[in-house]
Amino acid sequence: MLSESDLTALFITLKLASVTTLILMLFGTPFAWWLARTRWRFKFLLEALVALPLVLPPTVLGFYLLVALGPHGPIGGLLEALGGYSLAFTFTGLVVGSVFYSLPFVIQPLQNAFSAIEERTLEAASTLRATALDRFFSVVLPMTRSGVITAATLGFAHTIGEFGVVLMIGGSIPGETQVLSIAIYDHVESLEYTQAHWLSAALLIFSFLVLFLVYRMNQRQCEQGTRP
Amino acid sequence: MSSGICFHFSLPLGEFNLEIDTEIPGQGVTALFGRSGSGKTSLLRCIAGLEKPPLAFLRFNGEIWHDTGQGLFVPPQQRSIGYVFQEGVLFPHLRARENLLFGFKRTPKLQQIESLQRVVDLLGLHNLLQRYPYQLSGGEKQRVAIGRALLNNPRLLLMDEPMASLDRSHKKEIIPYLECLHRSTNIPIIYVTHDPEELVRVADRLLLIEAGRLVAQGALEEMMARVDLPISRDYDAGAIISARILEHDEEFHLTRVGFKGGELTIAAIDQPVGNSIRIRIHAKDVSLALDPPGPTSILNILPAQVMEMQAHGRGRMVIRLEVGGVPVLARITQKSQHRLGLEPGSKVYAQIKSVALLA
Repeated sequence: MLSESDLTALFITLKLASVTTLILMLFGTPFAWWLARTRWRFKFLLEALVALPLVLPPTVLGFYLLVALGPHGPIGGLLEALGGYSLAFTFTGLVVGSVFYSLPFVIQPLQNAFSAIEERTLEAASTLRATALDRFFSVVLPMTRSGVITAATLGFAHTIGEFGVVLMIGGSIPGETQVLSIAIYDHVESLEYTQAHWLSAALLIFSFLVLFLVYRMNQRQCEQGTRP
Repeated sequence: MSSGICFHFSLPLGEFNLEIDTEIPGQGVTALFGRSGSGKTSLLRCIAGLEKPPLAFLRFNGEIWHDTGQGLFVPPQQRSIGYVFQEGVLFPHLRARENLLFGFKRTPKLQQIESLQRVVDLLGLHNLLQRYPYQLSGGEKQRVAIGRALLNNPRLLLMDEPMASLDRSHKKEIIPYLECLHRSTNIPIIYVTHDPEELVRVADRLLLIEAGRLVAQGALEEMMARVDLPISRDYDAGAIISARILEHDEEFHLTRVGFKGGELTIAAIDQPVGNSIRIRIHAKDVSLALDPPGPTSILNILPAQVMEMQAHGRGRMVIRLEVGGVPVLARITQKSQHRLGLEPGSKVYAQIKSVALLA
């Protein structure tokens, strides 16, 4: 069964995925809304940047983050100069890395869902006394519910499956930066196949369950006919 | 404070500019009438605040809603308006009932004059309340959309071709509700349409718009009796007359009605004697004779005077007659005009072949 250090790794993984998803949803939603509605001509630049983690090897992203966040990097150095500590090999550093790494998985479904909302629907709401914020919460969010759930799920699941970025900027410090995927890798390296099996199976079943629930919820919503 | 809606907008619209500066009364139904693409909808959107023209002034009952000169703009949600889009635009995630109450719930308590019950009765929505928009037909959606706008407790109701996306049978389903609405509310309504039939059934006044400009405006009766406007070229052109029911003839299934210029016998109307009605005499149904005609199948022959003539090309022309001071249009050929030697002032007999009842 799972050892105590495995359970710690599991806990760290869930904590990392939750914090990352929360941050991405909080800041990603208004950003995706802006991307979906703006007519700014250089919007494609931002879109390309957001999509970058999709094609970049995670080690590349991790490497640059390590350089930037480390004690000699621009951000890490600045933090140290301000009396803080560099973010390399810390949980906070992992969160920063995960946010970048999972960004497209949250932004893209949100942006697609928001783009599907016609301007007229919002105009109708505005003639019915709804302010911009009211329109967003009473019309946009309920209409894009499945897109929002998909975004959160993908962000969460993708962060759980993260390996390369974590390896580069987090290392494998038990209780701080050792997440599930790293723990599995360590087990295999030490030829502890039973342990690796348990963890891998747990991750597999969890991932499947999450996706299963999301797809079922989306289908229910379609059957209910809340989407045209 | 001055009542009425006073506006001036200047908005580039691709091939031409919308450039309209006028004032309309703060009551009754004012139609914005013109061809598709003439800028009617853009004008309505400017009035709603959905469009922000570079140059705009809009005063509603003494309250300034938009003034680019002062940098003043009241957003749509603060204007207390009702807006009905061409295709209804219901919220797909809400049932009809929740759609209806969307604006109502956001109306300050003191301004909640309208009630769900009354609107449901007025528009016949009883069986639709629990349905989602995708479960409604086009006509039903449009009725819910009209109800939703009314329940927003508007001070001004704006309707953008509410029947344009409907087929004939659904139009027939909506028109009675619109006429009913017209009689049961005193909110001013601005109604965009390009359909002459809809126009004469719902409007009190009209603004004729062509390529972004205001061509003419006035009371419906007066405008429909003009020969110099493009509407008089329509196949369906014809004057509108207010009349009163005098008598029913059960045997021949006819009704006699009186108007300022005389009396008419028309197909039986199912309304009590004394009721006021509006009738329409299509120009194509009026022919002219110099002498009182002998025995004829035509029931309505009235003495009239030629007031104005306008050739419409291809050998046709429209003539404005007056029957006892009431204008009537007649469409004849230029050849007939020549043969009868008609000119303004000529005395003629107008033979009216059929009369349409409006409301």
